[in-house]
Amino acid sequence: MTAESNGVVLSTSGIHKRFNALVVLDAIDFSLRSHEAVGIVGPNGAGKTTLLSVLAGAHPPTSGTIHFRGADVTGLPASERCRLGIVRTHQIPQPFSGMTVFENVFVAATNGGQLHREAAHARAIEAISLCGMMRLANRRAETLGLLDRKRLELARALGANPSVLLLDEIGGGLTDGEASELVATIRQLHASGLAIVWIEHIVHILLQVAERLICMDAGRIIADGEPRAVMADNAVISAYLGGSVH
Amino acid sequence: MSRQSPIRVVRWSGLSIGSVAVAVALTILLAAGPLFLGANAIDKLTTLFIYVILAVTWNALAGYGGLVSIGQQAFFGLGAYGAVRLADAGVSVYPALVLAAVLVGLIAWPISVFMLRLKAGEFAIGMWVVAALAHLLVNLDNLVRGETGTSLIALNAYAAETRHALTYWTALGAMVGLIGILFALLRSPLGAAIQAIRDNEDAAASVGVRVMRTKQIIFVLAAFGVALAGALWLATTITFQPRTYFSVQWTAYMIFMVLVGGLGTFEGPILGAILFFAIEAWFGATGVWYLVGLGAAALLFALFLPKGLWGWVDQRLGLRLLPVGRWLKIDETAPMGTSKSTESGST
Ligand SMILES: Nc1ncnc2c1ncn2[C@@H]1O[C@H](COP(=O)(O)OP(=O)(O)OP(=O)(O)O)[C@@H](O)[C@H]1O
Ligand SMILES: [Mg+2]
Repeated sequence: MTAESNGVVLSTSGIHKRFNALVVLDAIDFSLRSHEAVGIVGPNGAGKTTLLSVLAGAHPPTSGTIHFRGADVTGLPASERCRLGIVRTHQIPQPFSGMTVFENVFVAATNGGQLHREAAHARAIEAISLCGMMRLANRRAETLGLLDRKRLELARALGANPSVLLLDEIGGGLTDGEASELVATIRQLHASGLAIVWIEHIVHILLQVAERLICMDAGRIIADGEPRAVMADNAVISAYLGGSVH
Repeated sequence: MSRQSPIRVVRWSGLSIGSVAVAVALTILLAAGPLFLGANAIDKLTTLFIYVILAVTWNALAGYGGLVSIGQQAFFGLGAYGAVRLADAGVSVYPALVLAAVLVGLIAWPISVFMLRLKAGEFAIGMWVVAALAHLLVNLDNLVRGETGTSLIALNAYAAETRHALTYWTALGAMVGLIGILFALLRSPLGAAIQAIRDNEDAAASVGVRVMRTKQIIFVLAAFGVALAGALWLATTITFQPRTYFSVQWTAYMIFMVLVGGLGTFEGPILGAILFFAIEAWFGATGVWYLVGLGAAALLFALFLPKGLWGWVDQRLGLRLLPVGRWLKIDETAPMGTSKSTESGST
């Protein structure tokens, strides 16, 4: 309840995640306020994707708790968290390959979004259109190239009607023009009231959207705050940039 | 606004409406079958209807649900066994066939809780184990008298001709009913969720699909359909020998029909059942060579036409007689920018 009054929608406390002997998340305390746009950076293997998976319910944490709007959601499976409004994309796209783009997003609208008939159709069309995929709407997902698969990840997540959107490297491999389109889209979503967590290696894209930046390294949050300050942080420079910046 | 929206979701075409009309007409014609067909033709068609049930239910499970089971004979045998038991308990024999299938469906629910936790290969083998266990348990029943078996003697109360016609009508009703239920189910949002699970279970969960519950529905429905087929088979042969009913051959037939017809297409397995029926009629008497031929044909299809006959037709001609999908139709004549279509779509 106090969390809610701070405007915090999603928070973790003391999250640990181990894969066998490998510690991937090490005491993560993270909180996200409603309408906030947070960027996450960090070197390969830092545990960014794993954090997203734990937030979305794809992996149970080894220990620690996750709260959403004041309620403990640690034990909830991914489907239920999605229905509550916590929706993620996948770093490696996971399309429903035998189904069309429209059907992919429709499944999200009817399940995660819990919409029916025309409302579900409209939601899916809106999401597809926002991601610039109208012309591909009837294509089977297995025929899409990597960039379009990434777009589909975003469209499908939006179909589920999120209040918290968790994005995992949706901006890789884009041309400058495509990247600025993507930034415009994410900004539009943010302006419409979504809270956003965006993992991205391409920092200059991220900085156009993120109001707050988190840097992870070796399963820990090593910096968290105003983006420029975080990028200038010594720990960040040595971890993320390998100390070789400038 | 929405009425003039340049974007529409299309589900039917003239061709598919026509196909459904033809299917309805054919059903009516078949329903009148006993009035003008000979006893032999009636029996043959009854067999065909049962094959169609086996094919469409296995396809629903494997082709749409991604649940490849090699133990569906469990439900085939239990359906027949249930009918024997119910008839013995005094239930009128034709209602007993349907009731037995309903009971098997109910039993399939708790079975699904265990089996659906298994992944791919484990699930397939696990189902085979379930079939072997069901076979053992049924053999313990004194009424069945081990492999000696028993018969559905209650059927003898009917004159042969009446019995054949009643069995025919029950099989026709079961086949049409199951095809109808599956068609409605696969076209519904639940059907889309089932296919999403087939394609990527984790991704389906990530967009809110309740994976377990959804799989259970298709599992139970398939079990019900196969049990009904088993009970109907009993009505055609009268004798119940556990070994025959719990034989893996039934699942082999299902796989053959679905692979040849087209896995994961709605029309394909029906076509596959008809082909299988024809092949059996022509070559069935040749014993072991018939089985070798079936195996070779299945192998050839797997190698050269992996999507089966209907998958090939669909790919080549885009022919969709009974479509379960959803397509967006964008009216190109309407002025449409990206944002424009967003607005009109969401009104
Ligand atoms: N399912 C898993 N089983 C075992 N180890 C895993 C699993 N998922 C991730 N890991 C390991 O956990 C560590 C963190 O992985 P994670 O994908 O979270 O990193 P990341 O920060 O997203 O990296 P990248 O920038 O390359 O995407 C890596 O060492 C990875 O090999
Ligand atoms: Mg990652």
